[in-house]
Amino acid sequence: MSLLAVDGIAKAYGGVEAVAGVSFALAEGEFVALIGPNGAGKTTCFNMLGGQIRPDRGTVRFEGHDITGASPRRIARLGVARTFQITQSFASMSVRENVQLALIAHHRRVFSFLPRAAALYRPEATALLERVGMADQAERQCGILAYGDLKRVELALALAQAPRLLLMDEPTAGMAAQERLTLMALAAGLARAQDISLLFTEHDMDVVFAHADRIIVLDRGRILAEGPPAAVRADRRVREVYLGSGAMFAA
Amino acid sequence: MRKALGTAGLGLAAALLAVSPAPAQQGPIKIGEINSYTAIAGFTVPYRNGWTLAVEEINAGGGVLGRKLEVVSRDDGGKPEDAVRIAGELVGDQKVALLAGTFLSNIGLAVADYATQNKVLFVAAEPLTDAIVWQKGSHYVFRLRPSTYMQAAMLAEEAAKLPAKRWATIAPNYEYGTSFVANFKKLLSARRPDVQWVGEQWPALGKLDAGPTVEALIEAKPEAIFNAEFGGDLIKLVREGTTRGLFTGRTVVSALSGEPEYLDPLKDEAPSGWIVTGYPWYAIDTPEHKRFLAAYQNRFHDYPRLGSVVGYSTFKAIAAAIAKAGSTDTQKMIAAMDGLPVETPFGGIVFRAIDHQSTMGAWVGKIAVKDGKGVMVDFHYDDGKNYQPTDADVAALRPAK
Amino acid sequence: MDFVVIQLLNGLASASSLFLVACGLSIIFGVTRIVNFAHGSFYMLGAYIAYSLVELLPRTPLGFWGGVALAALAVGAIGGAVEIALLKRIYRAPELFQLLATFGVVLVVADLALKIWGAEELLAPRPPGLRGAVMILGRAFPQYDLLLIAVGPVVLAALWLLFHRTRWGALVRAATQDRDMVAALGVNQGRLFTGVFFLGSLLAGLGGALQLPREAANLQMDLSTIAEAFVITVVGGMGSIAGAYVAALLVAVLQAFGIVVFPKITLVLIFLVMAVVLAFRPYGLFGRAAAEPRAAGAEAQPLGAGDGRAWRWVVPGLALLAVLPPLAGGYAVSVVTEIVILALFAASLHFMMGPGGMPSFGHAAFFGLGAYGAALAARDVGAPMLLGLAVAPVAAALLALACGWFCVRLSGVYLAMLTLAVAQIVWSVAFQWTGITGGDNGILGVWPADWARGKTVFYLLTLLLCGGSLWLLRRIVFAPFGAALRGGRDAPRRAEASGIDLTAVRWTGFVIAALFAGLAGGLFAYSKGSVFPTYIAISRSIDALLMVLLGGIGTLAGPPVGAVVFVGLQEEISRYTDLWRLLLGLVIITLVVAFPEGIAGFAARWRRRAEGAT
Ligand SMILES: Nc1ncnc2c1ncn2[C@@H]1O[C@H](COP(=O)(O)OP(=O)(O)O)[C@@H](O)[C@H]1O
Ligand SMILES: [Mg+2]
Repeated sequence: MSLLAVDGIAKAYGGVEAVAGVSFALAEGEFVALIGPNGAGKTTCFNMLGGQIRPDRGTVRFEGHDITGASPRRIARLGVARTFQITQSFASMSVRENVQLALIAHHRRVFSFLPRAAALYRPEATALLERVGMADQAERQCGILAYGDLKRVELALALAQAPRLLLMDEPTAGMAAQERLTLMALAAGLARAQDISLLFTEHDMDVVFAHADRIIVLDRGRILAEGPPAAVRADRRVREVYLGSGAMFAA
Repeated sequence: MRKALGTAGLGLAAALLAVSPAPAQQGPIKIGEINSYTAIAGFTVPYRNGWTLAVEEINAGGGVLGRKLEVVSRDDGGKPEDAVRIAGELVGDQKVALLAGTFLSNIGLAVADYATQNKVLFVAAEPLTDAIVWQKGSHYVFRLRPSTYMQAAMLAEEAAKLPAKRWATIAPNYEYGTSFVANFKKLLSARRPDVQWVGEQWPALGKLDAGPTVEALIEAKPEAIFNAEFGGDLIKLVREGTTRGLFTGRTVVSALSGEPEYLDPLKDEAPSGWIVTGYPWYAIDTPEHKRFLAAYQNRFHDYPRLGSVVGYSTFKAIAAAIAKAGSTDTQKMIAAMDGLPVETPFGGIVFRAIDHQSTMGAWVGKIAVKDGKGVMVDFHYDDGKNYQPTDADVAALRPAK
Repeated sequence: MDFVVIQLLNGLASASSLFLVACGLSIIFGVTRIVNFAHGSFYMLGAYIAYSLVELLPRTPLGFWGGVALAALAVGAIGGAVEIALLKRIYRAPELFQLLATFGVVLVVADLALKIWGAEELLAPRPPGLRGAVMILGRAFPQYDLLLIAVGPVVLAALWLLFHRTRWGALVRAATQDRDMVAALGVNQGRLFTGVFFLGSLLAGLGGALQLPREAANLQMDLSTIAEAFVITVVGGMGSIAGAYVAALLVAVLQAFGIVVFPKITLVLIFLVMAVVLAFRPYGLFGRAAAEPRAAGAEAQPLGAGDGRAWRWVVPGLALLAVLPPLAGGYAVSVVTEIVILALFAASLHFMMGPGGMPSFGHAAFFGLGAYGAALAARDVGAPMLLGLAVAPVAAALLALACGWFCVRLSGVYLAMLTLAVAQIVWSVAFQWTGITGGDNGILGVWPADWARGKTVFYLLTLLLCGGSLWLLRRIVFAPFGAALRGGRDAPRRAEASGIDLTAVRWTGFVIAALFAGLAGGLFAYSKGSVFPTYIAISRSIDALLMVLLGGIGTLAGPPVGAVVFVGLQEEISRYTDLWRLLLGLVIITLVVAFPEGIAGFAARWRRRAEGAT
């Protein structure tokens, strides 16, 4: 049984289908890249998997549970964590407090009114921050972090949920080339080490080919091609789509 | 937060030390006065002129008990809770001998309750609510103006003479309006069992939506209308009602509309023929009123409003009470006020011992337009002592002591 | 049938009046995101200035309409001047903070109008040629109302043309959708904002001037208009002008027929409409999420660690508070009692506004319900004081539980306005259910138990309960729950994705805020000895809002500081002059310009800087 099974999900905005019937599966431990030009529907797909958007039709199953249209909260509790294309972190809190809050939520201790949040899960938070390389900035306020650092914090927030599946929407957008490779290597390494499956979107083909076991190409809301990296790279239609959009395979 | 609390504490401490209580007065007699000077400026500013004149006259005549009167006046902003705080300041801090004033009924009641709790005399000047002398009546509280009951009784007497059988009512949607209408209905129905009540409108105070309201009244097809709107709402009602023909062929009996405060803004659009209570200052030729009118115009270069008479008479009454009591001891002043006769611009009045209501009456007449403004004509003075329930009824209404 | 038609026409005329005030407010909000309380004051100025001009100019059609037009222009100029002189300085302050400045303007204008035009209502003559009535279906209908029926749609059309056929209009529309984008395009934002303020104020002035033939210019026009204007704006969807017209139509027509069926519905109808609309359409009839401001603007302002260091200040502070006022005498004790209670009230509002990101314009609902709960328990059940004080927070929390479910799904000004609707509905119940609540005469005789009758004892009890509550609120803010609340404010999608049930968290936060507001209300009832509908009135909600903003929304010290400053100022100033509104308004404006983060916010930053320097 696959970990994630997506069957014919679709979402339209004002009559235009942003995602028009997408089906795929993701096996336990697999790293899959979802690629496609801007506006192809990748983020919309992610939002339907993460519960931010309810699909117009189709189903999503995770570990056998039907999570179609489930709330983000329920999906998170089943073991799906995610990062956002535009980073989402708790800007008024310190880096450590961010992770502590994620841990508090994960341990279902949100409705606790007297203990000091700052004293809860402190070592665990520090450990997570060490893993993403942010321990030295633990006391800084999230609202003033550099973009690349925010992405790391978001990764730590996602990992705090001890997920089975991690969804990363453009984890390296807006970073310098070298930084991208480092961050994705970090994420992939952490996921491998903890048996977390990975679904990610990415524009940098170096990053994609370095980490994806399989690639799904999306164009105008539909799957254009799907397969191992080498096969996708060779696909003529994929090349056309990317040429047409002005993007290039770097490889 | 903690830091700020600390700082705040220090700041407060400094402020408090700066305003620590003044030493007890042996000079003038201090009177605490509270009214809605900013919230209801139209009535309260002439009212203040009135009591200013009274106090000046009293002090010019040597004061009371050889001491001058000094008024410590405060604005309650139209909020009863602030009036209670101010009462606390006046009594606790300013050490006034008694409290006076208030316009709105709920503020009058709040200050009355404070006075009762703190055993201070309170002479309510203007609030019209019946409760202040009856249901919520108190040993410590007296009231000058004729209440809604008394004015409704005066108007019901006039209304009963009319042939009209189908009546509609319009009044602002708060206690003043509801109790005016209730009293009027009860008293008119008692005199005229054949009267039918065919419609009612209750616009929110200050928000009368004139077109729809007037039309709804027309639709009820009344033969006569009882009105208790005043101020801006009255103006809207009159203008819209006149234009739409609401008042043609119908008699209107209207509370307070003859008071200059409310009649004058209407100018030449004042509704002729309305039967109203009010204050025809231009045509009252009793000697006591002439004297007051001359003094007032001389002092303020303006004509008096009803509020002026109320303010003037309230402080004349206070002075009389202190003089009769021979001291500013609260219980002695209260004892003095029971049955106290006072000379006012409307003639002699008495504070009834039974319910602490004064017998000040009201002028009842008809509105006419003369020289481009509204005046009262065919008016007479209804003495307040004739428009009271029976003593037994009053006694039953007052709380047991 | 003819009656129905006439009421419909009446509704249309009233709708035009409502629309004229609301559309300017909507435009100003759409572009600048300023909740402009002074809009009602501009409306009032429009009426007064038009009155003076019409009296001055010849009694001809030209005289009348010229007066109206000049008045509108004058008010537009006043609005533009206020924007340039005052608001420009504080655009970078947290959202909703500008509201404080506009409230200062309200106070100043109120006293100036009284000084200039006097207290008496001023009735202007009607325009020549439009004084009479025409017969419609056998009923007399005022000519002027016919004109007014046309004015609404004409102004609507003119605004549409302005926004869709001119470059300036296109910019305004773009700015309504995305302020930052317009800035990025290199447009001079300052000039655009001034222009928008001019236009919005001009429309307010026009609305006031055009009302003259229907209503005398009077001093209550400012406050009685502003709430209605906000309701229309919000029901229509903030920033949507067509929405404002539809909303005005809806409210006016419902009102025209509502008073026939339920004559006493006048107090609450407009707020019922708003509550129903917002329950189904969280952004009003035509509003979009884009037109909604960020929450109360406390985001990205760190609260600090919540560690124990603050004890250094609070222990001596509390000791001083416990000892000093009783030394200073009875009246000082009652003033400080009031300040302490209102500090708790403000802190409870701050809890939902700051950490919770849920601004409220109707927090007095919970304060008032607490007060009434205590008073009713005392009067009808004979509950002893402590039981009454326990009933107060429970009553408030129950109301919050019921209405919170609707409220917390909204955000920003929409949430604030829904709470206002709740407060007005509660207020009208207190006001009209005379048999139970005593109506506007309130419930008297809610005095403390004998052992607490002394002012000092009651004060110490208040200090204990409010101090304890403030401590609890602070604990909650720094507890996991408070962290989740703040997290939900900072990044709702992140919070949900982390598995936090944000609706439940916000709902609970709403109830907690209500709980403490209710306790404050209960204490207030016993300290005053009485309860009145004014405890639930808009002005009390606004007072709390002012305290929070004055103190500074980004810090927990804000509400108490705001309460001390606001109540202290008002109390002191009003003792010495009748022009206290003018003075208070000027002081508020000065404070706003000097401390755009609030007083305590300023102090906190100053301290951080001092610490950073060492
Ligand atoms: N909330 C929305 N409203 C309208 N259109 C949307 C919305 N979200 C996405 N779209 C449209 O759906 C399409 C897919 O968008 P998205 O999923 O963000 O693409 P990608 O992430 O692949 O760049 C785009 O054409 C986008 O304009
Ligand atoms: Mg995307």
